[in-house]
Amino acid sequence: MLHLKRILLVTLLLPSFGFSQEEDVQAGKALFNANCAACHQLNRKAVGPALKGVTEKYDREWLYKWIKNGTQMIKDGDPQAVAIWEEYNRAVMTNYPQFSNEQIDNILAYTNYTPPAPAAAVATSAETVSQGSDISVNIILAVTIVIFTILIVMLFLVQRTLIKIANASGVKIEPEPRRNIKPLWKAVVENQFIMFVLVIGFLLSSAYFTYGYLMQIGIDQGYAPIQPIHYSHKIHAGANQIECKYCHSSARVSKHSGIPSLNVCMNCHEYIGEYNGEEDLENGYTKDFYTNEIKKLYSAVGWDEENQVYTGNTQPVKWIRIHNLPDFVYFNHAQHAQVAKIECQTCHGPVEEMEILYQYSPLTMGWCIDCHRESNVDKDNEYYQKVHEELSKKYGVEKLTVAQLGGIECAKCHY
Amino acid sequence: MRNSSILILFIGLTLISCFDPSKPNFQYFPDMYESLAYETYAESDGFSNGIEAQVPVEGTIPRGWEPYDYPDSNEGYEMAKSNLLSPLDISDNNLSQGKELYEIYCSVCHGDKGDGMGILAQREKFLGIPAYIDREITPGSIYHVLMYGINAMGSHAGQVNEEERWQIAQYVMKLREESKK
Repeated sequence: MLHLKRILLVTLLLPSFGFSQEEDVQAGKALFNANCAACHQLNRKAVGPALKGVTEKYDREWLYKWIKNGTQMIKDGDPQAVAIWEEYNRAVMTNYPQFSNEQIDNILAYTNYTPPAPAAAVATSAETVSQGSDISVNIILAVTIVIFTILIVMLFLVQRTLIKIANASGVKIEPEPRRNIKPLWKAVVENQFIMFVLVIGFLLSSAYFTYGYLMQIGIDQGYAPIQPIHYSHKIHAGANQIECKYCHSSARVSKHSGIPSLNVCMNCHEYIGEYNGEEDLENGYTKDFYTNEIKKLYSAVGWDEENQVYTGNTQPVKWIRIHNLPDFVYFNHAQHAQVAKIECQTCHGPVEEMEILYQYSPLTMGWCIDCHRESNVDKDNEYYQKVHEELSKKYGVEKLTVAQLGGIECAKCHY
Repeated sequence: MRNSSILILFIGLTLISCFDPSKPNFQYFPDMYESLAYETYAESDGFSNGIEAQVPVEGTIPRGWEPYDYPDSNEGYEMAKSNLLSPLDISDNNLSQGKELYEIYCSVCHGDKGDGMGILAQREKFLGIPAYIDREITPGSIYHVLMYGINAMGSHAGQVNEEERWQIAQYVMKLREESKK
């Protein structure tokens, strides 16, 4: 009887135990992501060691102490603490005295937790669903084809019966006699007026297309070369909303907007070693594809991912320049982006939507001049205040355009 | 008749071949289009490693760059935290400059309010970014971290200059004060 009771108790307790364990892991995950994940990964070395299986390496009491006040342990010369501190370049782990032992237990439970493999049933059901939609489209197609064939057959049948009825009632059906008329093209050729109009039209349209062709020579609008590393502006500037000037920082202060040096990439990609975002299977942009591009960055910058150190073995990345003004033009990014506060997208287009970057604007002189004629000068800018006052009086306008300030003089850009 | 159709075909083909987006367009008489001098990032045989952009000679400092004496170590960090003081006065101009720069360089991770919930944290690209209020920081320590980076954060010294680093530090301290309320 007692035995039975025990079994009953165990069976009653088991599911609830499993459930609470799951909860612990979830709580631990939240704590881990909020506090630990900046420096620790589960399965790979980051700033600090990988935490999977950390409870097997260290005593639990020791871990409580270490997490709450590791700095003190190093000072006190705890051999294990000093060893790990030395191993990780003397990076100090932040102390978490506010954690209770229970919270630390939850975090440790999360580090030891292996999520169960996703049930195969889910995958197959999803497959049948997607197949199901294919099938329904096919069925609709087949049904329409059958209906159309039946209609055609019926038409023939109706015609045959009608002819039969006509024959039976003695009506003769004769094909209409062919009259001898001129073919259409001959009539057109012989008509002088139509020919005249046609020739004029042909000449004008060919002039139009020839002119259009000649005018686009030397203009690289739409130029989208394949870069050595597939860098997606759509992911970085679009989905992740990273400011343009984060990477192209010199656009604020210099003539060039500059190609970011690879250390700027590594500001994030030291931490982000693989791609986990959306995929575009149609174009072959899978997670593996993007992760592989990050690996290309690592090999160029000489980053040893496994040991989290720079090897010093670097390779320049041969980026292909897209926007390139002729050498006889002066253009200054800082003047436009910082002084005039023009959005980058005004000239570069919707970069945040470009998977492969292309040249959006024609970058011709006419295009520059058009904008200078239309844009107003920021009259609140201290530098322009005095000249703005005097010139606006002279021209009798409230707001000066860049052109009125001398923005279309030759020597502004050509010198 | 036959000749003209071949001509049209030829023109058509050249037109199509000119619009290959992976190649730059055809140029007519590109005199003075290409620079005679080396371009900044170009390949060149002027240097042994084949690149035009070179690392500054060791021991030299770029124009406008002040040497920074605190070492990139825990001791350096502690020293900067307690000793390093901002040369800038707290002013509206510095704070608004700092805000502008903060929103370009910092808020993507640290969040507009400095709570560690920037867009990258929300999208779980970066995890565990601390809120400023949870850390003992001073303008000196912020400057030091911007200079060298710390843990998973890299150095931003190449993106913001000395004055801009101090402006950011000033603004971060303001955010930290505000989040205490």
